Amino acid sequence: MQQAPIVEIKNVSFGYDPARAVLQDIDLAIPRGAVVGIMGQSGCGKTTLLRIIMGAYLPSRGEARVLGRATRGLGAAGLYEMRRKMGMLFQFGALFTDMSVYENVAFPLREHAELPADLMHDLVMLKLQAVGLRGAAHLMPTELSGGMARRVALARSIALDPQLILYDEPFTGLDPISFGVIVRLIRDLNDSLGATSVIVTHDVQEALDVVDYAYFMAAGRVIAQGTPDEIRASPEPFVNQFVNGRPDGPVPFHYPAPDYAADLELAVA
Amino acid sequence: MQIAALRSRLERLGSTVTSIVWRLGYASRFLAYLVMHSGTALRRFRLTIAEVYFAGVLSLVIILVSGLFVGMVLALQGYETLQRFGASESLGVLVSLSLVRELGPVVAGLLFASRAGSAITAEIGLMKATEQISAMEMMAVDPIARVVAPRFWGGVISMPLLAALFSAAGIFGGYLVGVQLIGVDAGAFWSQMQAAVDVRNDILNGVIKSVVFGVAVTWISVFEGYDAVPTAEGVSRATTRTVVTSSLAILALDFVLTALMFTGGNH
Repeated sequence: MQQAPIVEIKNVSFGYDPARAVLQDIDLAIPRGAVVGIMGQSGCGKTTLLRIIMGAYLPSRGEARVLGRATRGLGAAGLYEMRRKMGMLFQFGALFTDMSVYENVAFPLREHAELPADLMHDLVMLKLQAVGLRGAAHLMPTELSGGMARRVALARSIALDPQLILYDEPFTGLDPISFGVIVRLIRDLNDSLGATSVIVTHDVQEALDVVDYAYFMAAGRVIAQGTPDEIRASPEPFVNQFVNGRPDGPVPFHYPAPDYAADLELAVA
Repeated sequence: MQIAALRSRLERLGSTVTSIVWRLGYASRFLAYLVMHSGTALRRFRLTIAEVYFAGVLSLVIILVSGLFVGMVLALQGYETLQRFGASESLGVLVSLSLVRELGPVVAGLLFASRAGSAITAEIGLMKATEQISAMEMMAVDPIARVVAPRFWGGVISMPLLAALFSAAGIFGGYLVGVQLIGVDAGAFWSQMQAAVDVRNDILNGVIKSVVFGVAVTWISVFEGYDAVPTAEGVSRATTRTVVTSSLAILALDFVLTALMFTGGNH
């Protein structure tokens, strides 16, 4: 029998302001074990969708089911219980700046498990080894490059062996080497932990190299979905413009403005 | 036209009052939640001790130096006035009562708000701006219990200790100027001070004041930090609000507490 999806978003709409919906009628299902991308330009609602999956926001309409439970009605205790099975990589890592790399990775273990010091040390080193930064355990976050900080944050997010790992713009601001490392780590960690990964990103080309399936969003709606090859071959003009990085198309180059000639006072009276 | 202008003014006034009351209510609920979720801060007391170090120990230099100078100035000014009435031996009483009842808690509170309160707001605000608070929530850790409560209790513990040290440094400053520099009799300075300063009416009331100021300043500091708009400008504004609101709160509370403590024939 096929397992139920780890994340099910059913007909979800959401708006910070009831008059202005950020998400409209979103339907998606994320199967266990997959790496799934949610893509689109800035402001299309993908980070809001991620926050719905995290349980930070509740849908205005529809239902979000994560790890088999509806997020509505979970309450603070239920939400925290659910989040113990989730890991999240924030856009710029969000490392605790007053703690060393070691302490950052140890943080979730210290908070949720009373482990002997030896076992704690071994677990932290195991996670840091997985991201290639065992040697940087003693460093402070200010001593790390952007790519290293992202890797430490990744080690911290997998400290409790999560079933679901969420990535919020994991590729932003990385140099090509760090970028390649993060892409490889997302895939390797997902497969070795037997987890499921959701990547929210606008770096479409790069993300399509690592995901198994992708949802494409625009103006709060899912406008396309499919395997990376299907997305690349999509006839949808917006997807086509975005995937190929064209400056003009359904998303115009010019911000709406009054007539150019009139603005320059060139209009003939 | 006049009615429309009056109505608009009344609307603005109403909106301002409503927003102040709403914010006060929100801050009160925040405090209630914080106190109820202080288990981690008390169970893992080293978290609170670390905050006593940051809020208290690191404020020692400014507190001790300020206390010393305030005591020295009090002695100079007090001697000038007392000698006109032939009561220069009462200098110790004047210095000690001024410090223990008023200047110790108030000036230490104002310095604490500027040194430690602003730092607490900025730290929590920056943690919010850099998503460290969100990261904690995503790790199923309540940031109010883990980050805010230890800072709150650290501040509440530190403030009375700092006020006491401020008063002690001030009295020592008064002794240096009054006895060593001006030449007031040392025996009279200390013995009159011992005779006049009452443990319950003076010292205990001063301690109560410093505890109340400690709660007020630290509450304002953690609330402003947690409620800060998560941008550089938002954190900057929150830090400014902490210093301004804390200072005004200290002065207003001092008046209320003084009215309650030192009226009705106690002194």
